[in-house]
Amino acid sequence: MRDARPLPTQRQPTPPPTMQAAQTGEALVTPSAAARPNAREIATTVGGWLLPLGVLALLIAAWEIGVRLDDTPRWFLPRPSEVGTELIESRSLLWGHTRTTLTEMLLGLALAFVTGVALAMLIASSRLAERALYPLVVASQAVPIIALAPILIVWFGYGLTPKVVVVVLTCFFPITVAMVGGLRAADRDALDLLRSLGASRWQTLRIVRLPASLPALFSGLRIAAAWSVIGAIVGEWVGASSGLGYLMTRSASQFQTPRLFAAVIIAATLGIALFALVALLERICLPWKRAR
Amino acid sequence: MAADRQTRSQDDTTDGAASPAVRVRGVSRHFGDLLAVDDVSLELADRELLAIIGPSGCGKSTLLAMIANLLAPDSGTIHLHGASVSAATQRGQVALMPQRDALLPWRSVLDNAILGLEVHGVPRGEARERARALLPRFGLEAFADALPDTLSGGMRQRAAFLRTVLTDRSILLLDEPFGALDAITRRALHGWLLDLWDDLGRSILLVTHDVEEALLLADRVAVMSPRPGRIVLTEQVSLPRPRTTAMISEPSFVAQKARLLDALLTPTAAPAPGAQWGAASYA
Repeated sequence: MRDARPLPTQRQPTPPPTMQAAQTGEALVTPSAAARPNAREIATTVGGWLLPLGVLALLIAAWEIGVRLDDTPRWFLPRPSEVGTELIESRSLLWGHTRTTLTEMLLGLALAFVTGVALAMLIASSRLAERALYPLVVASQAVPIIALAPILIVWFGYGLTPKVVVVVLTCFFPITVAMVGGLRAADRDALDLLRSLGASRWQTLRIVRLPASLPALFSGLRIAAAWSVIGAIVGEWVGASSGLGYLMTRSASQFQTPRLFAAVIIAATLGIALFALVALLERICLPWKRAR
Repeated sequence: MAADRQTRSQDDTTDGAASPAVRVRGVSRHFGDLLAVDDVSLELADRELLAIIGPSGCGKSTLLAMIANLLAPDSGTIHLHGASVSAATQRGQVALMPQRDALLPWRSVLDNAILGLEVHGVPRGEARERARALLPRFGLEAFADALPDTLSGGMRQRAAFLRTVLTDRSILLLDEPFGALDAITRRALHGWLLDLWDDLGRSILLVTHDVEEALLLADRVAVMSPRPGRIVLTEQVSLPRPRTTAMISEPSFVAQKARLLDALLTPTAAPAPGAQWGAASYA
């Protein structure tokens, strides 16, 4: 008797249906507003690129002028124009080292993708796997990779392998964590629906969980793409005979500061380019995310 | 046909009749200390539409989840066409339409519609053909390749309903299928659904908090009390078939609506035995 005390009249205004109706109202507006985002999108893209580029140009100009006025020695801080000259004049040398680093990044990222996704699916598939593996995955990030690099060199020598391993160790983590989140974020109602249909675990994974996890996976991938440069260069610092990281240490020890700066700029560009590539892939692979 | 359906649904309460599509006997379910569904018994005859009305949070969805074998009852039994439902039985014997439409945002309307067939192993091409053939009746022929997020609420709901119908099960469980829609869209969908009605030929359990919707669509209406969910009243709907949305202003409709609302809003925990309108309680 007492359980039924709250009057239904008082309850009715509170429940979700009213909120849901409001949401549907929004959905109703979307198609008519579909034409507008295009113009707005372009505007934000242009604004999104122009603004930081403008700030960057200002900073570079200030640097150039400051160094000229102050007459700073070249080995200490070269002028941006000197770095630019170095980029053009030593392009074949720089390109050779860039290729090494890029190979390490791409191989490492690909392997990190495979390991990261496999680990995430394992962790999301069972409580036992989660309890056994997730703490280890997190703990692996507490180990400073720079401390591991010498061990990797002892094991794998000075070639490509230890650098790729460093990249994998740096990059699998954001991929795993993001994807575990994505696999868990699948819509409850959709999961119930598939269960009610008698779908197998594999069907549920293929039809709902995997597609639902893609947006999260892509955010993890973007972070991993940006980190892959760091991994490759750290790997090269410890011991290498080619690559941008190797070029940096060598140029620094020889006080070839313009070349050091050129290597840094290329490394940064690689990171940004890979990040942008993943962002582009995301737009192509997830057209339904743009429909919103 | 309607009369035949009505008499059968009444006879089914006694043993020995042909086994009903759904038979729920003394089902209860707790969540922790909370009693969500309390000793609910009901029967859904073959090709009957039974509407369960109750305030939000009264355990209607829990009841549907138990019939769909997504949740196990703490006590009581559930039979589908005479076969007992338990944790060991295969799921997928009913077609469930969840409260929110649960359309997959990355799938087109057509590919969302074929979900049930796909899970049951029908080849995609064949499933798509069958779905495509039904799109006009669901007013979606121009939207086969549209993504759900570009659709209006009413269209999404029709797409979800198409998916449910295409699942090819004789028992449909609809969980507040129109609850998220505004009143105007909902009314339009009722009219559309009534037109579609005779071709469906399914046994349907419709959960709703809208009394008008229940009376307009259902053969029989069961009223569920707020927590703990109990069936406090079951009534045959007095309107003849075929029905139209215009019937909501008929005196018999209005009278019955008032009665049901009264039952819905009176906080009685137990059904009053021998109530004036002869409540058919299965308790």
